[in-house]
Amino acid sequence: MRSSLILCTATRFLLPIILMFSFFILLRGHNEPGGGFIGGLVAASAFALYAISHGVTYAQQLLKVNPINLIASGLIIALSSGLFAVFNGSNFMQGYWSEFKFPVIGKIGTPLIFDIGVYFLVLGIALLIIFSLAEEEEEIQ
Amino acid sequence: MLFFVLLGFITAVLVPLIKKISDNFLSWIIPIIPASIFFYFASFYYQIADGEVIKVSYSWIPSLGINFDFYIDGLSLVFAMIISLVGTVVYLYAGSYLKGDTRLSKFYIYISIFMSSMIGVVTSDNLMTLFIFWELTSISSYLLIGFNHEKESSRYSALQALLVTGLGGLALLAGFILLYITTGTWDISEINKMPAEVIGSSYFFLIVIFILLGTFTKSAQFPFHFWLPNAMEAPTPVSAYLHSATMVKAGIYLMARLNPAFGNSILWNDLLLVFGTATMLFAAVLSFKQTDLKKLLAYSTLSVLGTLTMLIGIGSDLAIKAFIIYLIAHSLYKGTLFLVAGIIDHETGTRNIEKLSGLRKLMPITMIIAVAASLSKMGIIPLVGFVGKETVYASVLELPIFGNYLIVITILANMFVVYITAMVGFRPFFGKLKSTPKNPHEAPFRMWSGPMFLALSGLVLGIFSSLFLNKLINSSELGIISERLNIPVKLWHGFNLELLLSTITVLLGLFLYFKREYFLKFVASFSSVKFVQPSYYYQFIFDGTLSLAKYITSKIQNGYLRFYILVILLTTFSLIAYTLHTFYSFNEINIGGSVSVYEVILAFILIISTLLAVSAKSRLAAIVGLGGVGYVIALFFLIYSAPDLAMTQFSIETLTVILFVLVIYKLPKYLSFSSTTRRIRDIIVASFAGLTMFFLVLVISGTSLTSELKEYFIAESYPSGKGLNVVNVILVDFRALDTLGEITVLAVAAIGVYSLLKLRKKDN
Repeated sequence: MRSSLILCTATRFLLPIILMFSFFILLRGHNEPGGGFIGGLVAASAFALYAISHGVTYAQQLLKVNPINLIASGLIIALSSGLFAVFNGSNFMQGYWSEFKFPVIGKIGTPLIFDIGVYFLVLGIALLIIFSLAEEEEEIQ
Repeated sequence: MLFFVLLGFITAVLVPLIKKISDNFLSWIIPIIPASIFFYFASFYYQIADGEVIKVSYSWIPSLGINFDFYIDGLSLVFAMIISLVGTVVYLYAGSYLKGDTRLSKFYIYISIFMSSMIGVVTSDNLMTLFIFWELTSISSYLLIGFNHEKESSRYSALQALLVTGLGGLALLAGFILLYITTGTWDISEINKMPAEVIGSSYFFLIVIFILLGTFTKSAQFPFHFWLPNAMEAPTPVSAYLHSATMVKAGIYLMARLNPAFGNSILWNDLLLVFGTATMLFAAVLSFKQTDLKKLLAYSTLSVLGTLTMLIGIGSDLAIKAFIIYLIAHSLYKGTLFLVAGIIDHETGTRNIEKLSGLRKLMPITMIIAVAASLSKMGIIPLVGFVGKETVYASVLELPIFGNYLIVITILANMFVVYITAMVGFRPFFGKLKSTPKNPHEAPFRMWSGPMFLALSGLVLGIFSSLFLNKLINSSELGIISERLNIPVKLWHGFNLELLLSTITVLLGLFLYFKREYFLKFVASFSSVKFVQPSYYYQFIFDGTLSLAKYITSKIQNGYLRFYILVILLTTFSLIAYTLHTFYSFNEINIGGSVSVYEVILAFILIISTLLAVSAKSRLAAIVGLGGVGYVIALFFLIYSAPDLAMTQFSIETLTVILFVLVIYKLPKYLSFSSTTRRIRDIIVASFAGLTMFFLVLVISGTSLTSELKEYFIAESYPSGKGLNVVNVILVDFRALDTLGEITVLAVAAIGVYSLLKLRKKDN
């Protein structure tokens, strides 16, 4: 894939912004439109953009972890957020919230942790598919 | 209690950790587990023998009435002690039998899971919990039969056993559910208190058939017996443990356990009697042609299982007494004989009795064990097998009408059992020494100590039967029949008819053994016809199912994506159209309401994009068209105040376009493949789907939807879910379990896509 200089330079600046934005979407999801699913997709599109401009190998290096590990950790985070209640003696997935309000993030609770799990899982899935498709295509070229 | 029942599962998890130290350490230390379970249950002996019953309950799913209810009476105790005792011997034995095998730890994992499941089956008082343990025994049996999974015959036999017992398990579940509907409780001890309700139920016939399908398949009763001889593919310790001493008796256990509720019905008794007797005789006769040590033992196990079923069917006090004694005796001597067969196989390298002879000088200890177990099995005084056989004969003779016929059948079957025993227990040791694939020598300590202990127990229980068995059988709550038995167990009953019959049986059996060559010629003249064998029908159904599945797959999943879409669209929209046509009329449609300028513009763009996508000459143009459709729909979501949906749709559309772009590089240029008729067909299907959707939307917007859930979620979102975004609170809190399921599916789908792509790469 021929990469354009403009796209490359723009992506380098856009990537952190989009990632920040995706995290912002994840956090605001509880009270306003957003959430882990959308956040994950947005973050995935950031890396997809990077893959298009710089090539898949660089995008994979930038991500550092294997997307499959992202999927696994997402699932584990989501599951453990539900198990928290079990160890507290109540039903699976019963929600718990902290009393203390953190600056910027607000109250932390198990549903938020669940949403973070969803975020990583969706990011992992989208990237797994995009990377494997793009890898093949690079090989063909 | 829960700890000791589940100890095997805990062990299974710990085995890989202990293995890290060394395999040898693992195989020496692990027999402690079954031994501790044995002592735990043995500690209840006096309590139970005094007529007490132990009940312990742990709640699991109380809202469904499914709990870990454990119930120990005489019957459970006998089974639990057999399971853990034979387990200890087998654990010890396997350490030596599989010495140096890299799969040793795997063996201990499987067998520990099995042991716990089996203990669970015989101690559960809850039908559902029992069922779960029951299925776990089938699964662990599958893993153990297929232990040598590189061998095709092992895999075949493992699958056969799983399919037959699994099918029975499904029937059993149906029977249990019907029983629950009838009695309103899952508690077996409660159900046993209401035989009148059970027998009077309109489902009674079905309950009996379903439950017996489950128990007959598990305990390999005729006509489901064929899986058991095939299961001999398993390593010998497994055959000794699962396929003679314990698992195949799970069905027998369940029939005995449910007997108080069903025992008064003629249907139940007659079915048990008929199928039990048939299995007893049929299996004994079939054993005649076998030359494999383990197969011979398998057929004699089948015969004994038939006898046990028959005894429950007779159901008299004497029969129940015979049942318990025979059960104990059989587990002791048959487990031993299997282990002896394993020793012979291990030391000589063959299990073919034609090749085995004269091992007495080389393997004296093994010979003593084999002879002791064989004498017990033949029913020779003073071993426990003698007491067992005597009582069986007595209880058969007691039957009023067909007792005389039944005794002849029983003697015939037992004659073959004596024959088998002579073949397995004596033949390899006496006569002239023959050369074998391996140079035989005495088995190591761990392999003979366990069988020796079992054989000695048979002797002790025989001589002192009045001491150990008497109390357990007469004063404990056996739970098989409602009254307590009051028949003393003795070794010596004097010279009576039973003793005479026992002697005749042994003589006949030995006659058969010495005249074997002569009878074999006689049998060979009848070549067995294949369609009388039940395994032939198993194979027929098995092959039939596979080819039917292949046919259907080739028709529906023919590999053309466009055909899948066609099928999906046609099915979905035909169903929708049918519903619309039946339940709604066009009069209900309300096309009123105002339309804003934005909507008109968006609709216009939508139509243009669709047309572009359909008529595009290149893939890229088509993708752009589709993307346009997606974005317009997202805008519609925004207009109808669904920002979450709109955002998701936007991101999904973006990613989809990226994916498409990545994929289209690989596709060849657009070519015209489809004929005009095909295109017309596709247009018709597409228009049909579109029009149906159109009317569906019209009808939905015309009907007022009232939902309590909607109001509940809106009202509770902030107070309970601490969030103002109702959609998100539903996703991550109220219905988080659904979301968890969905993301799991997503993860599995992603792994599927990934592996498909990687596999393709490898092929190239």
